[in-house]
Amino acid sequence: MGSAAGKNYINEFAGLKSWFTSLDHKRIAILYMISVLTFFLVGGIMALLIRAELFSPGGQFLTGDSYNQVLTYHGAIMVFMVIIPGIPAIFGNFFLPLHIGAKDVAFPRLNLASWYVFMFGAALAVSTMFTSKIDTGWTFYTPYSIKTGTAVVTMVLAAFVMGMSSILTGLNFIVTTHKLRAPGMTMGRIPLFVWAIYSTAILQVLATPILGITLLLLAAERIFGVGIFDPALGGDPVLFQHFFWFYSHPAVYIMILPAMGIISELITTYSKKTIFGYTAIAYSSIGIAAVSFFVWGHHMYVSGQSEVAGVIFSFLTMLVGVPTAIKMFNWLATLYKGSITFDSPMLYALGFMFLFAIGGVTGIMLATLGLDVHFHDTYFVVAHFHYVMVGGTLMALVGAFYYWWPKMFGKMFSETYARLSFVFIFVGFNVTFFPQFVLGAMGMPRRYFDYIAPYESLNKISTVGSWLIGIGFFIVLFNLIHSLLKGAKAPDNPWGSKTLEWTVQSPPTHHNFDHDPVVTAGPYEYR
Amino acid sequence: MSTDNHVTTAGKHHHAHHFKDAWHEFISAKEGIWLFMVTEILMFGGLFVGYFIYHMKYPEMFAEGASFLDWRMGAFNTFVLIGSSLTMALGIHYIQVGKNKAASWALITTLACGAIFMVVKYFEYTHKIHLGLLPGKFFAYPEAVSQNLAMYFGFYFCMTGLHGTHVLIGMALITWVLIRNMRGEFDSHYFTPVEGVGIFWHIVDLIWIFLFPLLYLVG
Repeated sequence: MGSAAGKNYINEFAGLKSWFTSLDHKRIAILYMISVLTFFLVGGIMALLIRAELFSPGGQFLTGDSYNQVLTYHGAIMVFMVIIPGIPAIFGNFFLPLHIGAKDVAFPRLNLASWYVFMFGAALAVSTMFTSKIDTGWTFYTPYSIKTGTAVVTMVLAAFVMGMSSILTGLNFIVTTHKLRAPGMTMGRIPLFVWAIYSTAILQVLATPILGITLLLLAAERIFGVGIFDPALGGDPVLFQHFFWFYSHPAVYIMILPAMGIISELITTYSKKTIFGYTAIAYSSIGIAAVSFFVWGHHMYVSGQSEVAGVIFSFLTMLVGVPTAIKMFNWLATLYKGSITFDSPMLYALGFMFLFAIGGVTGIMLATLGLDVHFHDTYFVVAHFHYVMVGGTLMALVGAFYYWWPKMFGKMFSETYARLSFVFIFVGFNVTFFPQFVLGAMGMPRRYFDYIAPYESLNKISTVGSWLIGIGFFIVLFNLIHSLLKGAKAPDNPWGSKTLEWTVQSPPTHHNFDHDPVVTAGPYEYR
Repeated sequence: MSTDNHVTTAGKHHHAHHFKDAWHEFISAKEGIWLFMVTEILMFGGLFVGYFIYHMKYPEMFAEGASFLDWRMGAFNTFVLIGSSLTMALGIHYIQVGKNKAASWALITTLACGAIFMVVKYFEYTHKIHLGLLPGKFFAYPEAVSQNLAMYFGFYFCMTGLHGTHVLIGMALITWVLIRNMRGEFDSHYFTPVEGVGIFWHIVDLIWIFLFPLLYLVG
């Protein structure tokens, strides 16, 4: 049902200015896409540098100080500039309104402003790379972050500004979900991706202000020495950790919930089967969001918090496993007796389930007090959160790119290269990070730029794996760019999906829908 | 507010294309503003939590710190801000009933109250700077009894400083809606920005109502 004129949101207006002043949620999504992918490239190069340095014991080409800086920028860029904005700002922006049958998000001008605020924060963060590179790690732990002679204040303000952008995006999505649903689109009929983005938005709005005040206090600590986090002045450095993780643990779910939403879409589409347990998956998103506020203490088992607090946080942390497992089992049940096709997005979805299961189960191990004392600050933790953040979120992100690319740009990509990229990323990922579980169990501490001889062979394997991942991501990039230049024209609904965005032309028109949709059934009416 | 004003008779303002009507746009905007207010309260919440933790730890130090604050100035400012909340609310009311000129005067009064608040704050700040009652490493008051009295003034300046910044932002926003009102952009059908700025202003007042007893009246 495409409009005959051949107009779409891309060609309706021309010129760079029309992009930088556009209030169209789809165009703003593209702005975010280009910025986030650029930052991903920078953060990825940092990761390759880290692995290359760790190829052999002893200093290779980085000094201890420069290694700390590369490590900090890898973490800060990947967290604040790639994974947190990634799925919500790109795919949430593009598909949330389309999914619920709206013409735009609730506040289009605020949406564009969020991008500018984000870019301003990102520019501040990148600027520190050219002044005095910070070396605190992305967590800015006191007391070191108060004492180090690097540009902590600028970096902290950059994170504050990007946090503000995150809040504004979340606020926009909450109001959009509440107020702009098409007639008949009840909360029980919105796609599960929307439930995931909605739960994420709640976290963005409720958790990020705490990061804001924490970072402001850290800046005040450095400028005025207010003493709140400084034991020499009667303050408490552990309070910083409490404040920081009160945001940053929910932030972990800001990173993974949208990915879970994507997986729900992919699994049901490529199983050609109505999703199993819609309500359970929807409410488990809210459940994860709610529980995530009460687990921050598991980052501080060895920071001197009381044993009673440790036991309580241990229990609460394991509780997160319940809604998460509900999702996994419902996806599995959806696969059962489904008409499964292994198109590339589905490969990524299945890859997600496999890797996320490992990331999740090792999370339960780390939540266990006794085990954590052994694993704390070792490579076991590094492997665990990379299984969740990369094996989980980035796998879903790439899957989403393949799944929605034909809708976003109206072009088909090469399926062969898409599958090839999956093989490289999936195999490379496991080769990189599985040995790190073993290294961690052997006691190799994280964040060090050097290690002793017994760790060498596993580190070499891990570094080789990082090259495979790098090749995989470049194949994705070339495949997508190639499709823009040479790709076949995409049909309106290449995968036979049932959600609303596939009922409109590819790419969609400026107004999304030619006629306002009226919804009479749930989102996944397959069989 | 009644729900019967979602008609096109609203003269100058046209609702955006993705809303059904002006009322739909109004309630959506209002929800967005309230959500933003939640984030403001949470941000100050971090400071309040820090305050309570250290107040429990060092009650005498906090009592000593509070003794340097003049509760009369704090109380005066509290009344000024509560009064400004009233005039802000009146401003919205006057626009709703079509008395734009009266609304302008109400907004100007609100603005004046904000200015009085900041002037009083200015005198309080200069007095403390003069005595050397400053946060952290700038603390230079020789007769302090408590060892870490500097921390109290760390809290004092962080909390009132962040609040004062919000007052200034609020005043800028009120100036913005005042100019728009004088240009005749608002009427009984469209006054969303005034309502939003009003909500922001009330929250800023509310935070002060908590700051006043915590900082001035302890011990």
